[in-house]
Amino acid sequence: MDTKVIKSKFPIFQNKINGKQLIYLDSANSSQKPKTVIDRISKFYSKEFSNIGRSVHSLAVIATNRFEETRDLVKKFINAKSREEVIFTKNATEAINLVASTYGEKFINKGDEILITELEHHANYVPWHFIRQRKGAIIKFAECNDKGEVDIDEIKKLITNKTKIIAITHLSNVTGAIMPVKKIVDLANEKKIPVLVDGCQGAPHLEIDMQKLGCDFYAISCHKMYGPTGVGILYAKKKWLDILPPYQGGGGMIEEVKKDNITFPGSPTKFEAGTLQTAEVVGFSESIKFIEGVGIKNIMQHEREILEYGLEEIRKNNSVRIIGDPKNRGSIISFTIKGIHPHDIATILDEDGVAIRAGHHCCQILHKKMGIAASARASLGIYNTKEDIDVLKNSIKKCNKIFNN
Amino acid sequence: MDIKELYQEIILDHGKNPRNKNIFKDFNKDAKGHNPLCGDKVHIFLKLNNEMKLENISFEGEGCAISMASASIMTEIIKGKEFNVAKKIQEDFLNMIKEGSKLSLNSLSDSENTTMMSLSGVKRFPMRVKCATLAWHTFIEAVEGNKKIVNTEN
Ligand SMILES: Cc1ncc(COP(=O)(O)O)c(C=O)c1O
Repeated sequence: MDTKVIKSKFPIFQNKINGKQLIYLDSANSSQKPKTVIDRISKFYSKEFSNIGRSVHSLAVIATNRFEETRDLVKKFINAKSREEVIFTKNATEAINLVASTYGEKFINKGDEILITELEHHANYVPWHFIRQRKGAIIKFAECNDKGEVDIDEIKKLITNKTKIIAITHLSNVTGAIMPVKKIVDLANEKKIPVLVDGCQGAPHLEIDMQKLGCDFYAISCHKMYGPTGVGILYAKKKWLDILPPYQGGGGMIEEVKKDNITFPGSPTKFEAGTLQTAEVVGFSESIKFIEGVGIKNIMQHEREILEYGLEEIRKNNSVRIIGDPKNRGSIISFTIKGIHPHDIATILDEDGVAIRAGHHCCQILHKKMGIAASARASLGIYNTKEDIDVLKNSIKKCNKIFNN
Repeated sequence: MDIKELYQEIILDHGKNPRNKNIFKDFNKDAKGHNPLCGDKVHIFLKLNNEMKLENISFEGEGCAISMASASIMTEIIKGKEFNVAKKIQEDFLNMIKEGSKLSLNSLSDSENTTMMSLSGVKRFPMRVKCATLAWHTFIEAVEGNKKIVNTEN
Protein backbone atom coordinates (compact mmCIF):
# COMPACT_ATOMS: atom_id res chain seq x y z
CA MET A 1 0.00 0.00 0.00
CA ASP A 2 1.42 3.37 -0.99
CA THR A 3 0.62 5.79 1.81
CA LYS A 4 1.78 8.74 -0.30
CA VAL A 5 -0.97 7.95 -2.77
CA ILE A 6 -3.48 7.50 0.03
CA LYS A 7 -2.53 10.80 1.66
CA SER A 8 -2.83 12.60 -1.66
CA LYS A 9 -6.50 11.62 -1.81
CA PHE A 10 -7.18 13.78 1.27
CA PRO A 11 -7.13 17.51 0.39
CA ILE A 12 -6.64 18.57 4.03
CA PHE A 13 -3.03 17.40 3.92
CA GLN A 14 -2.23 20.09 1.39
CA ASN A 15 -2.62 22.71 4.11
CA LYS A 16 0.01 23.80 6.56
CA ILE A 17 -0.81 23.95 10.26
CA ASN A 18 1.20 26.54 12.17
CA GLY A 19 3.48 26.57 9.16
CA LYS A 20 4.07 22.83 9.50
CA GLN A 21 2.99 19.75 7.67
CA LEU A 22 -0.22 18.43 9.28
CA ILE A 23 0.33 15.25 11.28
CA TYR A 24 -3.23 14.15 11.96
CA LEU A 25 -3.47 11.76 14.91
CA ASP A 26 -7.05 12.45 15.95
CA SER A 27 -8.99 10.06 13.72
CA ALA A 28 -10.74 8.38 16.66
CA ASN A 29 -12.34 11.76 17.26
CA SER A 30 -13.17 12.26 13.60
CA SER A 31 -11.34 11.18 10.48
CA GLN A 32 -10.39 13.38 7.53
CA LYS A 33 -12.32 13.10 4.24
CA PRO A 34 -11.10 11.95 0.83
CA LYS A 35 -11.75 14.27 -2.11
CA THR A 36 -14.22 11.81 -3.60
CA VAL A 37 -16.50 12.24 -0.56
CA ILE A 38 -16.24 16.03 -0.63
CA ASP A 39 -16.88 16.14 -4.38
CA ARG A 40 -19.84 13.78 -4.12
CA ILE A 41 -21.65 16.14 -1.77
CA SER A 42 -20.97 19.05 -4.07
CA LYS A 43 -22.17 17.10 -7.12
CA PHE A 44 -25.31 16.01 -5.32
CA TYR A 45 -26.22 19.59 -4.48
CA SER A 46 -25.26 20.83 -7.95
CA LYS A 47 -27.06 18.20 -10.00
CA GLU A 48 -29.30 15.87 -8.03
CA PHE A 49 -30.71 17.60 -4.99
CA SER A 50 -34.28 17.54 -3.87
CA ASN A 51 -36.02 16.28 -0.77
CA ILE A 52 -36.40 12.52 -0.85
CA GLY A 53 -39.40 10.23 -0.71
CA ARG A 54 -42.03 12.96 -0.83
CA SER A 55 -42.46 14.41 -4.31
CA VAL A 56 -43.03 12.78 -7.66
CA HIS A 57 -40.91 15.09 -9.80
CA SER A 58 -37.80 13.79 -11.51
CA LEU A 59 -35.28 15.30 -9.11
CA ALA A 60 -37.07 13.73 -6.18
CA VAL A 61 -36.78 10.37 -7.86
CA ILE A 62 -33.06 10.83 -8.56
CA ALA A 63 -32.31 12.05 -5.03
CA THR A 64 -34.32 9.25 -3.47
CA ASN A 65 -32.52 6.68 -5.58
CA ARG A 66 -29.07 8.00 -4.62
CA PHE A 67 -30.06 7.97 -0.95
CA GLU A 68 -31.49 4.46 -1.05
CA GLU A 69 -28.54 3.18 -3.08
CA THR A 70 -26.36 4.20 -0.16
CA ARG A 71 -28.54 2.11 2.15
CA ASP A 72 -27.93 -0.85 -0.14
CA LEU A 73 -24.18 -0.21 -0.08
CA VAL A 74 -24.21 -0.09 3.72
CA LYS A 75 -26.27 -3.26 3.88
CA LYS A 76 -23.66 -5.04 1.80
CA PHE A 77 -20.73 -3.45 3.61
CA ILE A 78 -21.87 -4.58 7.06
CA ASN A 79 -23.47 -7.77 5.74
CA ALA A 80 -26.95 -7.12 7.10
CA LYS A 81 -29.67 -9.55 6.06
CA SER A 82 -31.90 -6.89 4.56
CA ARG A 83 -31.87 -3.18 3.73
CA GLU A 84 -34.65 -2.64 6.28
CA GLU A 85 -32.09 -3.35 8.98
CA VAL A 86 -30.12 -0.21 8.10
CA ILE A 87 -31.42 2.99 9.70
CA PHE A 88 -29.82 6.38 9.14
CA THR A 89 -29.37 8.56 12.22
CA LYS A 90 -27.35 11.70 12.81
CA ASN A 91 -24.51 9.85 14.59
CA ALA A 92 -23.81 6.80 16.76
CA THR A 93 -25.00 8.73 19.79
CA GLU A 94 -28.44 9.05 18.24
CA ALA A 95 -28.39 5.39 17.21
CA ILE A 96 -27.74 4.31 20.80
CA ASN A 97 -30.33 6.75 22.14
CA LEU A 98 -32.84 5.31 19.69
CA VAL A 99 -32.32 1.80 21.05
CA ALA A 100 -32.15 2.84 24.72
CA SER A 101 -35.30 4.88 24.38
CA THR A 102 -37.47 2.46 22.37
CA TYR A 103 -36.19 -0.85 23.70
CA GLY A 104 -35.99 0.65 27.19
CA GLU A 105 -39.55 1.92 26.97
CA LYS A 106 -40.93 -1.43 25.92
CA PHE A 107 -38.76 -4.01 27.66
CA ILE A 108 -36.97 -2.51 30.66
CA ASN A 109 -38.84 -2.20 33.93
CA LYS A 110 -38.19 -1.44 37.58
CA GLY A 111 -35.37 -3.54 38.96
CA ASP A 112 -34.25 -4.79 35.54
CA GLU A 113 -30.55 -4.69 34.76
CA ILE A 114 -28.61 -3.06 31.96
CA LEU A 115 -25.11 -4.48 31.61
CA ILE A 116 -22.38 -2.22 30.25
CA THR A 117 -18.61 -1.97 30.87
CA GLU A 118 -16.22 0.51 32.44
CA LEU A 119 -14.76 1.11 28.99
CA GLU A 120 -17.87 2.77 27.60
CA HIS A 121 -17.92 6.17 25.99
CA HIS A 122 -20.51 8.46 27.60
CA ALA A 123 -22.62 7.84 24.48
CA ASN A 124 -23.10 4.25 25.62
CA TYR A 125 -23.80 5.10 29.25
CA VAL A 126 -25.82 8.33 29.48
CA PRO A 127 -28.75 7.04 27.30
CA TRP A 128 -28.99 4.02 29.63
CA HIS A 129 -28.81 6.33 32.62
CA PHE A 130 -31.97 8.03 31.32
CA ILE A 131 -33.71 4.65 31.25
CA ARG A 132 -32.39 3.93 34.74
CA GLN A 133 -34.02 7.14 35.90
CA ARG A 134 -37.22 6.72 33.94
CA LYS A 135 -37.83 3.07 34.77
CA GLY A 136 -35.97 2.50 38.01
CA ALA A 137 -33.59 0.09 36.29
CA ILE A 138 -30.09 -0.81 37.46
CA ILE A 139 -26.88 -0.34 35.48
CA LYS A 140 -24.09 -2.82 36.12
CA PHE A 141 -20.54 -2.12 35.00
CA ALA A 142 -18.30 -5.00 33.97
CA GLU A 143 -14.87 -4.19 35.38
CA CYS A 144 -11.93 -3.28 33.25
CA ASN A 145 -8.51 -4.63 34.34
CA ASP A 146 -5.24 -2.70 34.50
CA LYS A 147 -4.48 -3.71 30.91
CA GLY A 148 -7.49 -1.61 29.93
CA GLU A 149 -9.55 -4.55 28.72
CA VAL A 150 -12.70 -6.25 29.99
CA ASP A 151 -12.37 -9.98 30.50
CA ILE A 152 -15.40 -11.91 29.29
CA ASP A 153 -15.68 -13.53 32.73
CA GLU A 154 -16.38 -10.09 34.20
CA ILE A 155 -19.41 -9.90 31.93
CA LYS A 156 -20.42 -13.48 32.54
CA LYS A 157 -20.54 -13.06 36.29
CA LEU A 158 -22.84 -10.04 36.10
CA ILE A 159 -25.49 -11.69 33.91
CA THR A 160 -28.63 -12.52 35.87
CA ASN A 161 -32.24 -13.33 35.07
CA LYS A 162 -32.89 -9.60 35.30
CA THR A 163 -30.37 -8.63 32.60
CA LYS A 164 -32.38 -7.05 29.79
CA ILE A 165 -29.60 -5.85 27.52
CA ILE A 166 -25.82 -5.98 27.22
CA ALA A 167 -24.31 -2.83 25.68
CA ILE A 168 -20.58 -2.90 24.92
CA THR A 169 -18.04 -1.06 22.87
CA HIS A 170 -16.40 -2.90 19.97
CA LEU A 171 -13.07 -1.10 20.37
CA SER A 172 -12.25 1.18 23.31
CA ASN A 173 -11.62 4.77 22.24
CA VAL A 174 -9.12 5.14 25.11
CA THR A 175 -7.17 1.89 25.56
CA GLY A 176 -7.80 0.51 22.08
CA ALA A 177 -8.98 -2.80 23.57
CA ILE A 178 -10.96 -4.89 21.10
CA MET A 179 -13.84 -6.70 22.78
CA PRO A 180 -14.60 -10.35 21.97
CA VAL A 181 -18.03 -9.42 20.61
CA LYS A 182 -18.83 -12.81 19.11
CA LYS A 183 -18.12 -14.62 22.39
CA ILE A 184 -20.22 -12.15 24.34
CA VAL A 185 -23.06 -12.56 21.88
CA ASP A 186 -22.88 -16.35 22.25
CA LEU A 187 -22.97 -15.96 26.01
CA ALA A 188 -25.94 -13.61 25.84
CA ASN A 189 -27.78 -15.87 23.39
CA GLU A 190 -27.89 -18.65 25.96
CA LYS A 191 -30.06 -16.35 28.07
CA LYS A 192 -31.80 -14.66 25.13
CA ILE A 193 -30.36 -11.26 26.06
CA PRO A 194 -29.92 -8.83 23.15
CA VAL A 195 -26.49 -7.25 22.64
CA LEU A 196 -25.86 -3.71 21.46
CA VAL A 197 -22.41 -2.91 20.14
CA ASP A 198 -21.07 0.65 20.06
CA GLY A 199 -19.19 0.29 16.80
CA CYS A 200 -17.86 3.83 16.59
CA GLN A 201 -14.23 2.72 16.71
CA GLY A 202 -14.84 -0.77 15.38
CA ALA A 203 -16.38 0.21 12.06
CA PRO A 204 -13.44 2.29 10.74
CA HIS A 205 -10.74 -0.18 11.76
CA LEU A 206 -12.12 -3.73 11.79
CA GLU A 207 -13.99 -6.07 9.53
CA ILE A 208 -17.62 -5.67 10.49
CA ASP A 209 -19.88 -8.47 9.43
CA MET A 210 -23.21 -8.54 11.22
CA GLN A 211 -23.74 -12.22 10.46
CA LYS A 212 -20.37 -13.14 11.96
CA LEU A 213 -20.74 -10.86 14.98
CA GLY A 214 -24.35 -11.88 15.53
CA CYS A 215 -25.20 -8.84 17.67
CA ASP A 216 -28.73 -7.42 17.78
CA PHE A 217 -27.76 -3.75 17.42
CA TYR A 218 -24.65 -2.05 16.02
CA ALA A 219 -24.12 1.73 16.14
CA ILE A 220 -21.84 3.60 13.72
CA SER A 221 -20.70 7.22 13.27
CA CYS A 222 -19.88 7.75 9.60
CA HIS A 223 -17.69 10.80 10.26
CA LYS A 224 -15.10 8.47 11.82
CA MET A 225 -15.15 6.33 8.64
CA TYR A 226 -13.83 9.01 6.26
CA GLY A 227 -17.44 10.10 5.81
CA PRO A 228 -19.39 13.34 6.34
CA THR A 229 -20.55 14.59 9.73
CA GLY A 230 -24.25 14.31 10.48
CA VAL A 231 -24.59 10.68 9.44
CA GLY A 232 -24.82 7.69 11.72
CA ILE A 233 -26.09 4.19 11.18
CA LEU A 234 -28.08 1.93 13.40
CA TYR A 235 -28.01 -1.68 12.35
CA ALA A 236 -30.69 -3.72 14.11
CA LYS A 237 -32.04 -7.18 13.56
CA LYS A 238 -35.38 -7.00 11.83
CA LYS A 239 -37.12 -8.93 14.58
CA TRP A 240 -36.47 -5.95 16.90
CA LEU A 241 -37.37 -3.27 14.40
CA ASP A 242 -40.71 -4.96 13.81
CA ILE A 243 -41.72 -4.71 17.45
CA LEU A 244 -39.98 -1.56 18.73
CA PRO A 245 -42.08 1.63 18.85
CA PRO A 246 -41.05 4.66 16.73
CA TYR A 247 -38.39 6.94 18.25
CA GLN A 248 -39.15 10.47 17.05
CA GLY A 249 -42.44 11.52 15.51
CA GLY A 250 -43.00 13.74 12.50
CA GLY A 251 -43.16 13.76 8.74
CA GLY A 252 -42.02 10.82 6.67
CA MET A 253 -42.43 8.19 9.37
CA ILE A 254 -46.22 7.77 9.25
CA GLU A 255 -48.57 5.47 7.40
CA GLU A 256 -51.89 7.15 8.04
CA VAL A 257 -52.75 10.10 10.26
CA LYS A 258 -56.25 10.65 11.59
CA LYS A 259 -57.53 12.85 14.36
CA ASP A 260 -57.96 9.92 16.68
CA ASN A 261 -55.27 7.52 15.50
CA ILE A 262 -51.91 7.32 13.73
CA THR A 263 -50.39 4.25 12.16
CA PHE A 264 -46.77 3.70 11.19
CA PRO A 265 -44.99 1.96 8.36
CA GLY A 266 -42.25 -0.63 8.79
CA SER A 267 -38.52 -0.09 9.21
CA PRO A 268 -36.52 1.88 8.21
CA THR A 269 -39.20 4.52 7.51
CA LYS A 270 -40.69 4.23 10.98
CA PHE A 271 -37.39 5.31 12.53
CA GLU A 272 -36.42 8.07 10.11
CA ALA A 273 -38.56 11.08 11.05
CA GLY A 274 -38.30 14.42 9.29
CA THR A 275 -36.03 15.55 6.47
CA LEU A 276 -32.79 13.63 6.62
CA GLN A 277 -29.17 14.62 6.01
CA THR A 278 -29.58 13.60 2.40
CA ALA A 279 -26.40 14.96 0.82
CA GLU A 280 -24.25 13.61 3.63
CA VAL A 281 -25.74 10.13 3.33
CA VAL A 282 -25.08 10.19 -0.41
CA GLY A 283 -21.55 11.44 0.28
CA PHE A 284 -21.02 8.49 2.60
CA SER A 285 -21.45 6.12 -0.33
CA GLU A 286 -18.02 7.35 -1.50
CA SER A 287 -16.50 6.57 1.93
CA ILE A 288 -17.60 2.97 1.60
CA LYS A 289 -16.18 2.85 -1.92
CA PHE A 290 -12.95 4.35 -0.60
CA ILE A 291 -12.64 1.79 2.22
CA GLU A 292 -13.49 -1.07 -0.12
CA GLY A 293 -11.07 0.30 -2.68
CA VAL A 294 -8.18 0.16 -0.23
CA GLY A 295 -9.52 -3.02 1.33
CA ILE A 296 -10.34 -3.35 5.02
CA LYS A 297 -7.71 -6.10 5.39
CA ASN A 298 -5.06 -3.73 4.02
CA ILE A 299 -6.28 -0.96 6.31
CA MET A 300 -6.04 -3.26 9.30
CA GLN A 301 -2.59 -4.46 8.39
CA HIS A 302 -1.27 -0.98 7.72
CA GLU A 303 -2.67 0.46 10.95
CA ARG A 304 -1.29 -2.50 12.89
CA GLU A 305 2.20 -1.78 11.58
CA ILE A 306 2.00 1.89 12.49
CA LEU A 307 0.46 1.08 15.88
CA GLU A 308 3.21 -1.39 16.76
CA TYR A 309 5.90 1.02 15.62
CA GLY A 310 4.25 3.80 17.63
CA LEU A 311 3.97 1.74 20.80
CA GLU A 312 7.57 0.63 20.48
CA GLU A 313 8.94 4.12 19.87
CA ILE A 314 6.87 5.86 22.52
CA ARG A 315 7.69 3.23 25.13
CA LYS A 316 11.36 4.16 24.77
CA ASN A 317 10.58 7.45 26.50
CA ASN A 318 10.65 6.70 30.23
CA SER A 319 8.54 9.69 31.20
CA VAL A 320 5.61 8.40 29.14
CA ARG A 321 2.96 6.08 30.52
CA ILE A 322 0.80 4.37 27.91
CA ILE A 323 -2.74 3.80 29.16
CA GLY A 324 -3.59 0.11 29.03
CA ASP A 325 -1.89 -2.81 27.38
CA PRO A 326 -4.69 -4.90 25.92
CA LYS A 327 -3.77 -8.14 24.17
CA ASN A 328 -5.99 -7.31 21.27
CA ARG A 329 -5.53 -3.64 20.43
CA GLY A 330 -6.86 -1.27 17.77
CA SER A 331 -5.34 1.91 16.41
CA ILE A 332 -5.25 3.98 19.59
CA ILE A 333 -2.43 5.08 21.91
CA SER A 334 -3.51 7.07 24.96
CA PHE A 335 -0.73 8.29 27.20
CA THR A 336 0.35 10.64 29.94
CA ILE A 337 3.73 12.29 30.47
CA LYS A 338 5.03 12.56 33.99
CA GLY A 339 4.54 16.07 35.34
CA ILE A 340 2.83 17.49 32.23
CA HIS A 341 -0.91 17.93 31.92
CA PRO A 342 -2.41 16.48 28.70
CA HIS A 343 -3.65 19.91 27.61
CA ASP A 344 -0.16 21.31 27.80
CA ILE A 345 1.04 18.32 25.77
CA ALA A 346 -1.62 18.95 23.12
CA THR A 347 -0.72 22.64 22.84
CA ILE A 348 2.99 21.92 22.46
CA LEU A 349 2.34 19.18 19.87
CA ASP A 350 -0.01 21.46 17.96
CA GLU A 351 2.80 23.93 17.50
CA ASP A 352 4.56 21.19 15.51
CA GLY A 353 1.46 20.52 13.41
CA VAL A 354 0.65 17.37 15.39
CA ALA A 355 -3.09 17.09 16.09
CA ILE A 356 -3.96 14.83 19.02
CA ARG A 357 -6.78 14.90 21.54
CA ALA A 358 -6.36 15.66 25.23
CA GLY A 359 -8.94 15.23 27.95
CA HIS A 360 -11.09 12.39 29.22
CA HIS A 361 -12.31 11.48 25.69
CA CYS A 362 -15.87 11.14 27.04
CA CYS A 363 -14.74 8.27 29.29
CA GLN A 364 -14.59 9.69 32.80
CA ILE A 365 -15.32 6.36 34.46
CA LEU A 366 -12.42 4.68 32.71
CA HIS A 367 -10.02 7.53 33.48
CA LYS A 368 -10.98 7.41 37.14
CA LYS A 369 -10.35 3.68 37.12
CA MET A 370 -6.90 4.29 35.65
CA GLY A 371 -6.25 6.85 38.37
CA ILE A 372 -6.01 9.86 36.08
CA ALA A 373 -8.24 12.81 35.22
CA ALA A 374 -7.19 13.09 31.61
CA SER A 375 -4.87 11.68 28.99
CA ALA A 376 -3.39 12.56 25.63
CA ARG A 377 -4.50 10.36 22.76
CA ALA A 378 -2.89 9.66 19.41
CA SER A 379 -5.26 7.75 17.15
CA LEU A 380 -4.52 6.41 13.69
CA GLY A 381 -6.17 6.43 10.30
CA ILE A 382 -5.31 4.95 6.95
CA TYR A 383 -3.25 8.04 6.03
CA ASN A 384 -0.78 7.80 8.93
CA THR A 385 2.83 6.76 8.42
CA LYS A 386 5.88 5.84 10.47
CA GLU A 387 7.18 9.33 9.74
CA ASP A 388 4.11 10.71 11.55
CA ILE A 389 5.09 8.66 14.58
CA ASP A 390 8.63 10.02 14.38
CA VAL A 391 7.33 13.59 14.45
CA LEU A 392 5.08 12.70 17.38
CA LYS A 393 7.98 11.12 19.21
CA ASN A 394 10.17 14.18 18.76
CA SER A 395 7.34 16.48 19.76
CA ILE A 396 6.92 14.51 22.98
CA LYS A 397 10.63 15.02 23.62
CA LYS A 398 10.06 18.72 23.15
CA CYS A 399 7.44 18.58 25.93
CA ASN A 400 10.06 16.96 28.16
CA LYS A 401 12.51 19.69 27.28
CA ILE A 402 10.15 22.60 27.90
CA PHE A 403 9.00 21.16 31.21
CA ASN A 404 12.52 20.04 32.02
CA ASN A 405 11.52 16.58 33.24
CA MET B 1 6.24 33.24 17.82
CA ASP B 2 7.60 30.35 19.78
CA ILE B 3 5.79 27.96 22.10
CA LYS B 4 8.24 29.10 24.79
CA GLU B 5 6.42 32.43 24.91
CA LEU B 6 3.49 30.51 26.32
CA TYR B 7 5.51 28.32 28.61
CA GLN B 8 7.80 30.96 30.11
CA GLU B 9 10.05 30.17 33.05
CA ILE B 10 7.80 32.07 35.47
CA ILE B 11 4.77 30.03 34.42
CA LEU B 12 6.60 26.72 34.59
CA ASP B 13 7.92 27.65 38.01
CA HIS B 14 4.47 28.60 39.35
CA GLY B 15 2.99 25.51 37.67
CA LYS B 16 5.48 23.20 39.35
CA ASN B 17 5.74 25.00 42.69
CA PRO B 18 2.43 26.76 43.14
CA ARG B 19 2.30 29.43 45.85
CA ASN B 20 -0.54 29.51 48.38
CA LYS B 21 -1.80 26.09 47.33
CA ASN B 22 -3.42 24.97 50.57
CA ILE B 23 -6.53 25.48 52.66
CA PHE B 24 -6.14 27.78 55.65
CA LYS B 25 -8.49 27.51 58.60
CA ASP B 26 -10.20 30.87 59.04
CA PHE B 27 -11.30 31.62 55.47
CA ASN B 28 -14.67 33.35 55.30
CA LYS B 29 -15.32 33.23 51.56
CA ASP B 30 -14.75 30.55 48.95
CA ALA B 31 -15.89 29.50 45.50
CA LYS B 32 -15.23 26.67 43.09
CA GLY B 33 -14.42 26.98 39.41
CA HIS B 34 -14.66 24.27 36.82
CA ASN B 35 -13.67 24.14 33.19
CA PRO B 36 -15.56 21.05 31.96
CA LEU B 37 -13.87 20.98 28.57
CA CYS B 38 -10.39 20.63 30.04
CA GLY B 39 -11.25 19.31 33.47
CA ASP B 40 -9.40 22.19 35.19
CA LYS B 41 -10.71 22.69 38.72
CA VAL B 42 -9.93 25.38 41.28
CA HIS B 43 -11.29 26.15 44.71
CA ILE B 44 -10.44 29.62 45.99
CA PHE B 45 -10.40 30.40 49.72
CA LEU B 46 -10.05 33.86 51.15
CA LYS B 47 -10.27 35.89 54.28
CA LEU B 48 -11.82 39.29 53.69
CA ASN B 49 -11.77 41.59 56.73
CA ASN B 50 -14.20 44.36 57.67
CA GLU B 51 -12.16 46.93 55.73
CA MET B 52 -12.59 44.76 52.60
CA LYS B 53 -8.93 43.84 52.61
CA LEU B 54 -7.82 40.39 51.42
CA GLU B 55 -5.99 39.28 54.52
CA ASN B 56 -5.32 35.84 53.14
CA ILE B 57 -6.01 33.89 49.96
CA SER B 58 -5.24 30.37 48.85
CA PHE B 59 -6.37 27.80 46.33
CA GLU B 60 -6.71 24.10 45.78
CA GLY B 61 -7.16 22.41 42.45
CA GLU B 62 -5.84 20.41 39.57
CA GLY B 63 -5.33 21.18 35.95
CA CYS B 64 -2.87 22.17 33.28
CA ALA B 65 0.25 24.25 33.89
CA ILE B 66 -1.47 27.39 32.64
CA SER B 67 -4.46 27.13 34.99
CA MET B 68 -2.37 26.25 38.02
CA ALA B 69 0.25 28.91 37.33
CA SER B 70 -2.44 31.52 36.81
CA ALA B 71 -4.10 30.67 40.14
CA SER B 72 -0.76 30.73 41.91
CA ILE B 73 0.23 34.07 40.37
CA MET B 74 -3.14 35.57 41.22
CA THR B 75 -2.96 34.63 44.88
CA GLU B 76 0.57 35.96 45.14
CA ILE B 77 -0.33 39.28 43.61
CA ILE B 78 -3.64 40.10 45.29
CA LYS B 79 -2.85 38.77 48.76
CA GLY B 80 -2.92 41.67 51.25
CA LYS B 81 -4.55 44.09 48.83
CA GLU B 82 -7.89 45.88 49.13
CA PHE B 83 -10.66 44.03 47.29
CA ASN B 84 -11.34 47.09 45.10
CA VAL B 85 -7.73 47.17 44.01
CA ALA B 86 -7.69 43.42 43.43
CA LYS B 87 -10.80 43.72 41.31
CA LYS B 88 -9.13 46.34 39.10
CA ILE B 89 -6.15 44.04 38.72
CA GLN B 90 -8.49 41.24 37.69
CA GLU B 91 -10.12 43.43 35.04
CA ASP B 92 -6.74 44.52 33.79
CA PHE B 93 -5.61 40.90 33.62
CA LEU B 94 -8.70 39.80 31.67
CA ASN B 95 -8.20 42.63 29.18
CA MET B 96 -4.63 41.54 28.66
CA ILE B 97 -5.57 37.89 28.08
CA LYS B 98 -8.65 38.48 25.96
CA GLU B 99 -7.95 41.72 24.12
CA GLY B 100 -4.18 41.67 24.15
CA SER B 101 -4.03 45.09 25.82
CA LYS B 102 -1.06 46.14 27.94
CA LEU B 103 -1.46 46.19 31.70
CA SER B 104 -2.63 49.69 32.56
CA LEU B 105 -2.41 49.80 36.34
CA ASN B 106 0.43 51.67 37.97
CA SER B 107 -0.32 50.30 41.41
CA LEU B 108 1.65 47.13 40.72
CA SER B 109 5.35 46.81 41.44
CA ASP B 110 7.70 46.07 38.57
CA SER B 111 8.09 42.46 39.58
CA GLU B 112 4.32 42.03 39.95
CA ASN B 113 3.95 43.47 36.47
CA THR B 114 6.50 41.07 35.03
CA THR B 115 4.84 38.12 36.71
CA MET B 116 1.38 39.03 35.38
CA MET B 117 2.78 39.74 31.92
CA SER B 118 4.24 36.22 31.77
CA LEU B 119 0.73 35.01 31.06
CA SER B 120 0.15 37.38 28.15
CA GLY B 121 1.27 34.72 25.64
CA VAL B 122 -1.98 32.86 26.29
CA LYS B 123 -3.78 35.39 24.08
CA ARG B 124 -2.42 33.62 21.01
CA PHE B 125 -3.86 30.26 22.11
CA PRO B 126 -7.66 30.76 22.10
CA MET B 127 -8.32 27.23 23.37
CA ARG B 128 -6.27 27.98 26.47
CA VAL B 129 -7.72 31.36 27.47
CA LYS B 130 -10.22 29.71 29.78
CA CYS B 131 -7.41 27.90 31.58
CA ALA B 132 -5.77 31.23 32.38
CA THR B 133 -8.91 33.08 33.43
CA LEU B 134 -10.62 30.39 35.54
CA ALA B 135 -9.04 31.29 38.91
CA TRP B 136 -9.60 35.01 38.36
CA HIS B 137 -13.31 34.60 37.66
CA THR B 138 -13.62 32.26 40.61
CA PHE B 139 -11.96 34.80 42.91
CA ILE B 140 -14.57 37.46 42.04
CA GLU B 141 -17.31 34.88 42.48
CA ALA B 142 -16.02 34.09 45.97
CA VAL B 143 -16.47 37.70 47.02
CA GLU B 144 -19.47 38.88 45.04
CA GLY B 145 -21.23 35.83 43.70
CA ASN B 146 -23.95 33.65 44.98
CA LYS B 147 -23.90 30.64 42.75
CA LYS B 148 -20.64 29.36 44.22
CA ILE B 149 -19.59 27.37 41.19
CA VAL B 150 -18.05 29.11 38.22
CA ASN B 151 -18.43 27.13 35.04
CA THR B 152 -16.54 28.36 32.02
CA GLU B 153 -19.13 26.86 29.70
CA ASN B 154 -22.11 28.94 30.80
C1 LIG C 1 -16.51 4.52 21.35
C2 LIG C 1 -17.31 5.73 20.97
N1 LIG C 1 -18.63 5.72 21.14
C3 LIG C 1 -19.39 6.77 20.81
C4 LIG C 1 -18.86 7.91 20.26
C5 LIG C 1 -19.76 9.05 19.93
O1 LIG C 1 -19.75 9.33 18.58
P1 LIG C 1 -20.65 10.50 18.00
O2 LIG C 1 -20.33 11.71 18.79
O3 LIG C 1 -20.24 10.60 16.58
O4 LIG C 1 -22.07 10.09 18.16
C6 LIG C 1 -17.47 7.96 20.06
C7 LIG C 1 -16.83 9.15 19.47
O5 LIG C 1 -16.34 10.04 20.10
C8 LIG C 1 -16.69 6.84 20.43
O6 LIG C 1 -15.37 6.86 20.26
